[in-house]
Amino acid sequence: MTASSATPAGAVDYSTKIPNNVGLVDDQRVLKALEQWHPGYIDWWMAQGPDGFQSSDVYLRTAISIDPKGWAKFDYVKMPEYRWGILLAPQETERKVNFGAHKGEKAWQDVPGEYRAMLRRLIVIQGDTEPASVEQQRHLGKTAPSLYDMRNLFQVNVEEGRHLWAMVYLLHKYFGKDGREEADGLLQRRSGDVDQPRMLGAFNEVTPDWLSFFMFTFFTDRDGKMQLESLAQSGFDPMSRTCRFMLTEEAHHMFVGETGVGRVIERTCAAMKAAGIEDPYDIAKIRALGVVDLPTLQKKANLHFSLSLDLFGSEVSTNAANFYHSGVKGRFMETRIEDDHELSRATYPVLKLINGELKLVDEPALTALNMRLRDDYVKDCQGGINRWNKIIEKLGINFRIALPSVAFHRHIGEFKDVKASPDGRLLSDMEWIKGEAQWLPSKDDGDFIASLMEPCWERGKYANWIAAPKIGIDNKDGDFEYVRIARG
Amino acid sequence: MIDFQTTPQRYRHWKLQVDGDTAQLIMDVSEDAGLFPGYQLKLNSYDLGVDIELSDAIQRLRFEHPGVKVVILKSGKERVFCAGANIRMLAGSTHAHKVNFCKFTNETRNGMEDASAHSGLKFLCAIQGTAAGGGYELALACDHIILADDGSSTVSLPELPLLAVLPGTGGLTRVTDKRRVRRDLADAFCTTEEGVKGKRAVAWRLVDTTAPNSKFQAAVSDAATKLAATSIRRSGTTGITLPPLARQIEGDTVTYANVRVEIERASRRATITVQGPTSPVPASAGEMVALGDQFWPLACARDLDDAILHLRLNELDIGVLTFKTSGDALAVLAHDALLAAHADHWLAREITGFWRRLLKRIDVTSRTLVAQITPGSCFAGSLAELAFACDRTFMLSGNFPGDNRASAAITLGAANFGAYPMSNDLTRLQTRFLGEPASVAAAQSHSGKPLDAETCDELGLVTMAYEHIDWDEVRVFLEERASFSPDGLTGLEANLRFPGPETMETRIFGRLTAWQNWIFQRANAAGENGALKRYGTGQKAEFNRERV
Repeated sequence: MTASSATPAGAVDYSTKIPNNVGLVDDQRVLKALEQWHPGYIDWWMAQGPDGFQSSDVYLRTAISIDPKGWAKFDYVKMPEYRWGILLAPQETERKVNFGAHKGEKAWQDVPGEYRAMLRRLIVIQGDTEPASVEQQRHLGKTAPSLYDMRNLFQVNVEEGRHLWAMVYLLHKYFGKDGREEADGLLQRRSGDVDQPRMLGAFNEVTPDWLSFFMFTFFTDRDGKMQLESLAQSGFDPMSRTCRFMLTEEAHHMFVGETGVGRVIERTCAAMKAAGIEDPYDIAKIRALGVVDLPTLQKKANLHFSLSLDLFGSEVSTNAANFYHSGVKGRFMETRIEDDHELSRATYPVLKLINGELKLVDEPALTALNMRLRDDYVKDCQGGINRWNKIIEKLGINFRIALPSVAFHRHIGEFKDVKASPDGRLLSDMEWIKGEAQWLPSKDDGDFIASLMEPCWERGKYANWIAAPKIGIDNKDGDFEYVRIARG
Repeated sequence: MIDFQTTPQRYRHWKLQVDGDTAQLIMDVSEDAGLFPGYQLKLNSYDLGVDIELSDAIQRLRFEHPGVKVVILKSGKERVFCAGANIRMLAGSTHAHKVNFCKFTNETRNGMEDASAHSGLKFLCAIQGTAAGGGYELALACDHIILADDGSSTVSLPELPLLAVLPGTGGLTRVTDKRRVRRDLADAFCTTEEGVKGKRAVAWRLVDTTAPNSKFQAAVSDAATKLAATSIRRSGTTGITLPPLARQIEGDTVTYANVRVEIERASRRATITVQGPTSPVPASAGEMVALGDQFWPLACARDLDDAILHLRLNELDIGVLTFKTSGDALAVLAHDALLAAHADHWLAREITGFWRRLLKRIDVTSRTLVAQITPGSCFAGSLAELAFACDRTFMLSGNFPGDNRASAAITLGAANFGAYPMSNDLTRLQTRFLGEPASVAAAQSHSGKPLDAETCDELGLVTMAYEHIDWDEVRVFLEERASFSPDGLTGLEANLRFPGPETMETRIFGRLTAWQNWIFQRANAAGENGALKRYGTGQKAEFNRERV
């Protein structure tokens, strides 16, 4: 009897070097490929992972089972020793392809040759974002506003690392020699590198400070969530199962982003109250308190929202249509949508630029899938924004954070060649130049935020610009030592 | 009407920047400036309008910028070099337009290779981003290809997997014949939609080198310097200007300075009359340069080239083109002789090259080509090549009643024995006399003398020599011709015009184009549920699986 078949369903097999619930011990070909890939991954982690904390003990959650009730186990671990593994959501034996031309067929357990290139491309693009964000965030540990936040950063980082493993497993298991080459490529590209950049724009931007990190996890990781939600619908069952499990982890990233920004808002509003400042635009006075003024937060949100929208690609897209029709990538909550799941005749309203005006135009729904996913994303973002506004309201400050127009500051899609204000007015170049500093973070804003980024590593203490969380991770007490920093 | 005349000031899609030995030809296609409504030229995709500008730019590099040794062809857009011919344009075009479009783009790319081989104008292709389909085919027409090694820049020929058609501008042929890619690797390459990047692209010989983005400009400059060293062009040479042609379209007549086109719509015929030189031949190369665009061989070639393209694209129903000439045979020969005497002079070289390409353009024009050689004509030397390009030649023996001019003659010259090879690399006379090489020598021995109808008939230079009482046979022939299937004629003529050896060009125009045109007509590509029609809808094509 093999180790994997002796392991209870849902549990993770730790008998191999790579924890997994996919029976790697019986799959020598893939196990060997992954073991060969492993040293390169560790080299990458050491060179590109969190800078300065590789030998610190971090209180991290490790997945030990895919059972939704008990999959997380918390303990101190040195990040390079984190047990990255291959974890797929449980297989549903009767699962079907739920949309597109193959609707109703049994879900594919192997890659259909016809869609191999398409699937590989999707997996590589998704996979490329995972290590990219680790690279973007590698210097943030040094300016962490608390051990709690530092731990959350590292949790996000190791999970992005695990998501990379998840994609590499698919490449190794189902895509042969090309898959192995692509898996190596994922370790060779570097965020922001001129010669070998990451594949998508937002993943080559810098994450210079913690506010950017929180905004990134709120806005950009949420794009990741939407993409994973669509891929989780895939007729290619191993990808669906992989993405479903990744989504449980991605939820934590959203949490870090939303509560991170929320705590910054809370601290700013509290400091304004204490100092008797009513006007949220009295920026100099507010900044003098050592907190981030709300208009600057709005600018950061404008920036990260617009960069993240670009990740959805062109509103009308042949690729997206092909992915859907082939049964490879579905819609957000596909199985809960009430329609024919084929979209051969349906239309969907797409916001377009018609003679200088933004107008909704009905397009074939099949080619408008990027637009639809982006709409779902905007709704999802708005939920978080509403919760931020509740905090502001509760503390009695007269300010609301708002999502900018989808036409604002775009580099991809329908609005890439026009300038628009956050409220969606089309602007001349002069108007844009005049307004830009009010809408996007300026160098001065960046310098100010950078000036706040002083590390605060004392147990239970938080930097002045951010409030303490309501509850600790794993219900730990306020002064819990989330990271035991190894000095020297 | 599709107009083939343009100038750099009017370009919508290209920028031509000349700096000493080097020119940058930057492709930056305006999405909304397609030739027809109904499609957007996204991602540097092109239509005929884009290619007309490219062709014009190359022509200007030949004549207006003779000091340029290397053209760096690159994209003005980020992350995309060129996505090839616009699919929606192809899907929405008539079959005739698709074929004409492909033919013209093929001629432009062949013209780039011709410029490299004969004019010393070298092409360096600098690819950052994706070069897909026609985008990679454009690169294939260059002498040297550098691909950015950034993990995402690729070259590809995705036509078959994506659109169920073939690369239409020589891609398959250049991959195997020019770049000598191994056939099994070529097969893998042409069925991989996403293409090939980096080291593998070099290993498979799809590109010459790769360079990382940070060293890309340096690599391009280095390669440009090396390519420039292989050029026969001289730095600092001053060019001539190519002003717009004096063209008048009135009713069914198109008039140029040296060419007149008369269309007879009812009988679906056009007569193209070429006027021989009317001013004396320049005494020196210097005088030739001073005449510039007014120098007869150049002026005449420009007129005729535009006329042929006009008939091809704008007069689809005109099935028979009759060539006539008018003027002094000796003057034509004198101009030919001047070009030959100054074969090493840049302008003479460019004009000879222009005629070579123009005659090839006529060779591949899918209309019945007829020459009528009558008194007052000047089928001599280079203009006699027009007659040898034709499917049938009719010559009048003697005169029409009341005409007391000298009888019709053909006068052979050096131009008929090497200056203007066809795409099969043989002269038109060598091709004509493929089975009787001695006839070429016999014809050559008569060079320089006006040959009357009987002699031409004897030498095999004409199809028929008729006396005026029988001249009505020509009408009968033309009427009979008009009754045949235009498709059958196109196939027949294309097959009979190019006997003899295969070259890359004949393979591109013969085999590849014929296959492509067949595939373009099949339901699997062009039917309601075919790949071209379904492209962009997200729905997959439905194929008739029968292999034919």
